[in-house]
Amino acid sequence: MSEEKKFPIKKVALICAKGSIEDVYASLVMANGAVMEGIETKLFFTFFGLDAITKKRMNKLHTSTVGNPAMRMPGGMPFPTWLGGVPGVESAVSSMMLKQMDELDMPPVDEFLEMITAGGGEIFACKLAVDMFKLKKEDLSDEVDSIITIGDFYEMCDGLQTQIIFT
Amino acid sequence: MATKEYAGKTVNVSEDGYFTDASQWSREVAADMAKEVNLELTETHYKVLEFIRDKYNTGGSLTIRSIGKSGIASIKEFYKLFPGAPLKKATLLAGIPKPASCI
Repeated sequence: MSEEKKFPIKKVALICAKGSIEDVYASLVMANGAVMEGIETKLFFTFFGLDAITKKRMNKLHTSTVGNPAMRMPGGMPFPTWLGGVPGVESAVSSMMLKQMDELDMPPVDEFLEMITAGGGEIFACKLAVDMFKLKKEDLSDEVDSIITIGDFYEMCDGLQTQIIFT
Repeated sequence: MATKEYAGKTVNVSEDGYFTDASQWSREVAADMAKEVNLELTETHYKVLEFIRDKYNTGGSLTIRSIGKSGIASIKEFYKLFPGAPLKKATLLAGIPKPASCI
């Protein structure tokens, strides 16, 4: 039998459509990881994902403390849903999560975006969502290359060894 | 375990070419290895390699971010110094085992 030929990923396009800490960081880690491997990387933010590239909001992301059955108390006990709704709890849990990420050398969102572009990755914002949230280019991080349409996005995704990932 | 010869010295390497014994490394060995990946090492390259070795020897976590904060090279410069997959390439040339870093 002949050896199976491998086709390594050459280009990856990631879509981030949600704005909670874990959704945004999943996209950022995967995008940065691709850049680190020398893979051509495009990162596209849409809907609530735009928070991650909006200057005023990018470093104030939260995680949701309600409706998340995997949420645990420190120590591993289940996290009661009613507790998640108590004012201040979501902020406290979110800052605790960010602190734990910082201990693992995970950078804040603005710095993470800089790391991605420093390595040659490109960051885009979805035109439709930008219009919907009434944002302007200057409201967005300087690391954002441009505001593009979904058609532009698909054009960028050409090539046989390209993958599109929706996180 | 595989062995390879660089600059007249025999070194132990893993399947994908990473050193398994960091003490077998020297600047001459690195210079010889660099030829395999078409790199010519400058003083800045060596500074980065020594920073990486230092991190490894002291058990610190090695990330692209930590290299960017080292004061030796910015992240952008680091990507230019070791084009392609910089952290992999730099750790290979620094003579330490393959990095287990996601950032």
